[in-house]
Amino acid sequence: MSASSTAEVPFVPETKVGRITDFVDQRVGGSGILREFGRKVFPDHWSFMFGEVALYSFVILLMSGTFLTFFFDPSMAETHYSGSYTPLTNVEMSVAYNSSLNISFDIRGGLFFRQVHHWAALLFVASLGVHMLRVFFTGAFRKPREMNWVVGGVLLILAMAEGFTGYSLPDDLLSGNGLRIIDGVIKSIPVIGTYISFFLFGGEFPGTAIIGRLYVLHILLVPAMILLMIVIHLFMVVVHKHTQYPGPGRNDGNVVGYPLGPVYAAKAGGFFFIVFGVVALMAAMFTINPIWNYGPYDPSPVSAGTQPDWYIGFVDGALRLMPGVVNDFHFEYIIFGHVLTLNVLLPALVPAGIIFTVLFTYPWIERWITKDDREHHVLDRPRNAPTRTAIGVAGFTWYCVMWAAAGSDLIATHFHVALNDVTYWLRTLFFIGPIIAFMVTKRVALALQRKDREIALHGRETGRIVRLPHGEFIEVHAPLDDYKHYKLVGFESPSPSAAEPNENGVVTPKEKRRAALSKWFFEDRVAPATPAELEAAHGHGHHEAIESGEEHKSLSH
Amino acid sequence: MKALSQKRRHPLAAIALLLMGLLVTGGLYAVATTVNQAKADTTTFSASDAQEGGKLFAANCATCHGMGASGTKDAPSLVGVGAAAVDFQVGTGRMPMQMNGPQAQEKPRQFNDQQTQQLAAYVASLGAGPAIPDASLLDEKGDAAKGGELFRVNCAMCHNAAAAGGALTRGKFAPALAGVTGQHIYEAMATGPQNMPVFNDANISPEGKRDIITFLKTIEANGSPGGADLGSLGPVSEGLFVWVAGLGVIIAFTIWLTSRTS
Repeated sequence: MSASSTAEVPFVPETKVGRITDFVDQRVGGSGILREFGRKVFPDHWSFMFGEVALYSFVILLMSGTFLTFFFDPSMAETHYSGSYTPLTNVEMSVAYNSSLNISFDIRGGLFFRQVHHWAALLFVASLGVHMLRVFFTGAFRKPREMNWVVGGVLLILAMAEGFTGYSLPDDLLSGNGLRIIDGVIKSIPVIGTYISFFLFGGEFPGTAIIGRLYVLHILLVPAMILLMIVIHLFMVVVHKHTQYPGPGRNDGNVVGYPLGPVYAAKAGGFFFIVFGVVALMAAMFTINPIWNYGPYDPSPVSAGTQPDWYIGFVDGALRLMPGVVNDFHFEYIIFGHVLTLNVLLPALVPAGIIFTVLFTYPWIERWITKDDREHHVLDRPRNAPTRTAIGVAGFTWYCVMWAAAGSDLIATHFHVALNDVTYWLRTLFFIGPIIAFMVTKRVALALQRKDREIALHGRETGRIVRLPHGEFIEVHAPLDDYKHYKLVGFESPSPSAAEPNENGVVTPKEKRRAALSKWFFEDRVAPATPAELEAAHGHGHHEAIESGEEHKSLSH
Repeated sequence: MKALSQKRRHPLAAIALLLMGLLVTGGLYAVATTVNQAKADTTTFSASDAQEGGKLFAANCATCHGMGASGTKDAPSLVGVGAAAVDFQVGTGRMPMQMNGPQAQEKPRQFNDQQTQQLAAYVASLGAGPAIPDASLLDEKGDAAKGGELFRVNCAMCHNAAAAGGALTRGKFAPALAGVTGQHIYEAMATGPQNMPVFNDANISPEGKRDIITFLKTIEANGSPGGADLGSLGPVSEGLFVWVAGLGVIIAFTIWLTSRTS
C-alpha cells in the first residue's frame, strides 16, 4: 500500500522484529485492519458485557472440551468398572460412563476440566440469556438490529442443544433419565414421533447408538453452527456499531465511548481471564454433575431430584405442571390406531414454541404496532417503554414459573410445604402470573417515569427542611446538573397512532387492529417535561431562591 | 392312581381339595413369613425389660396406641411390629410424635437407650416381628458396589441417588440419609416406617441390607471428591449457584471494569 505513493520515502524497518513485522504486514495488510478496528468506538456500560461473557465462556468450552475429547470414549459397549472409585468397583456399565469416571478419578486434572467444562456451559447459556434480556428491555433489537436479534435467538437454541447433548454423554443415571424424557416427548409427536425416536436411537430406547450420535453432534455439528452464528453476530455488531444509553451528546448518528485500542482491548482481554478465573474457581471449589453419585444408566431406576440442567428446566417444569386427568377429562386419545398423548405433547412443545415464536417475531410485532421504521442507536431506558417492559417481564415471569416447577420437589422439601400445594400454586401462576406481572411492571414503570418528571421539574429532594421567617416550612430541592437532567427528559414518548386509510382510502380491519394495539401500547404514558414546563418550574423556583453556603439551591413546595 | 380318579366324584372330594389347598397356602405363608422373622428372637430381652417397657408404654404411648398397644382410631396397633420398629421410631425421636402431620418428624429422642430397649422388649413380647438386627449385619464391611446397585434400584427414587432425600406427595418426604446409624437404616428397611415400603428379607436379603449400609457409609465417608457438594441436589442447586454466585461475581467485575474514577 505504501509503495503506491511514490512521494513517500519507503518505510525501512531497523530491527529484526520490525523487518519480520513489515514483511507480514506488506502481505496481509494487518496494520490497516488494526488501525480501523483500533479506532472503533465502544460505549461503556456494565450491561453491555454479557455478550462478551458468553463469548469467553464459549472459548473456555472449546478449550476444556478439547481436553475432554482426548479421554472420552463415546461407546455404549458393556464393561466392568475397575477404576479407583470403590463404590462402583466391578459394576457393569457402558464404556462411555467408564471413561467419564476415569476422567473424573484417574486422569490428572480430568475432574477439574470436567467441572470447568460444565460450569462454563451453565455460565454460557446464563450469560446468553441475560444478554438477550438486556437487549430486549433496552429496545436494542429495533431497526437495524432485528436480524441480529434473530441470530441471537438461534444461538440460544443452539446453546441449549449443545448443552443437552453434552449433558447426555456421560451415560450416567441422571442423563439417561433426561434422555428418556426426551424420547417420551419425541414419541408423543403424532404419527412421525415413533419413527423419529427409532431413527434417533437406532431402534428401541436406549439402544447402543445414541451416545455416539450425540457425541458427533456435540463436538462437531452444533459447535460449528454456534461458531458460524457467533461470526455472523459479531460481523453485524461491527456493521451496525454498538448501541448506547441516552445521554448528552449521544444521538442515533454517533457512538460515544472509548476506542477499542489500546485501553478497551486490554480491558476486554483482561476480562477473558477474569471470566476464566471465576469459572476455574467454581470448578475447583464446587462440584458439578457428580456422575459417580448417579451410577451407570439403567432404564429401571429413577432417582429423586432428577432434573435437567437449568436451561432445559422450563420444559421439564411444564411437564411437571401438566395434570394427567382433570376430573374425568383425559388428555390421551387413540385416533386410527395412533396414540395422541396431549399431556406430554402440550407441555413439552407448546410453551417452548410460544416463547421462541414470540422471541423471534417480537421486533416485527412492535415495528408493526408502532409504525416505527426509523433506525435506533440510542437505547430506551426500560421505564420509558412501559408496555414493552411489561411484556418482557410477563414473559420472563411465565418462564420463571415453569422454571420453578422443575424444582417443585426441592421447593417442597426445603420450604416444608406439600409438593401438591407447590404444583397447584404454580399451575395457578402459570396462567395469572404473567398477567399480574404485566400490570405491576407497567405501573412501576409509569411511576418511575412520574418520579423522573418530578425530579426534572423540581430538582432532587435534599432532606433539608427550612422554616421561613413567616413560619412556613419548606423542603429544599437541589437542581440537577445538566447531564442528569438530560437523562430524565431526553427520551421519546410516542402517543397512539390512529388508524389510517390505505392508498385506496380504505381503513382495513388489519389497520384497525393495529391502531387498537397501538392505543394499548402507548395509551398510558408520562410525557417528558417540555422545555416550557421546565422554564416555568425553574422560574417559579427563582422566586424563593435562597443563597446557601456553598451551593445554589432552589425551593419548591 | 386309579382309585383316586374313581373317587373324584365322591361327595367329600371338593372338601378334601379345599382343605389341601388351604394347607398348602397356609404352609407356604408360614414359611414365607418366618423367612422375614428368622431373626425375630435372636435378641433376648429379660422379662423385667418387658415389664418396665409396659409401664413406659402405658405412660407415654397408650394415649394414642391404646392399652396393650391394640391400636385406636388415632394410631395403629403395635402387635407384631417387632422390636426393630420400636427401636427405629423411638430411637430417632420420631415417637412419641410431636404433632400430627403428614408423617412423624425426626427430633431429639425422648428416651435413653435403656428405656428404648425396654419399650422394644414390651412391644416384641406382644407378638413376633422384625428384631433389632445383629451387629454382624451392621459392620459396614459388605460390598459397597453391590449395595450401590441395590440402593439405586430400590431406594434412590425417593431418597435421591446421593441419599440427599426427596419429596413425596402431600407434605410427605423421604429424609436425607447422611448421619443415620446403620442400625436405624436396617430397621427402616425391615419395618417400613412412615411412608416407606417394607423391604423384607425375601425382597432384600440381610446381606443385601448390609451392602446398602456399607454403600451409604462409604459415600458418606468419601465426602465429595469434586469440591463442595451444594447439597447433592443435582442440577437445580447447580443452576441456582451459577446464576447467583457465578453471574453475581461476574456482574461485580463488569461494574468494576466499566466504572470511572470521575
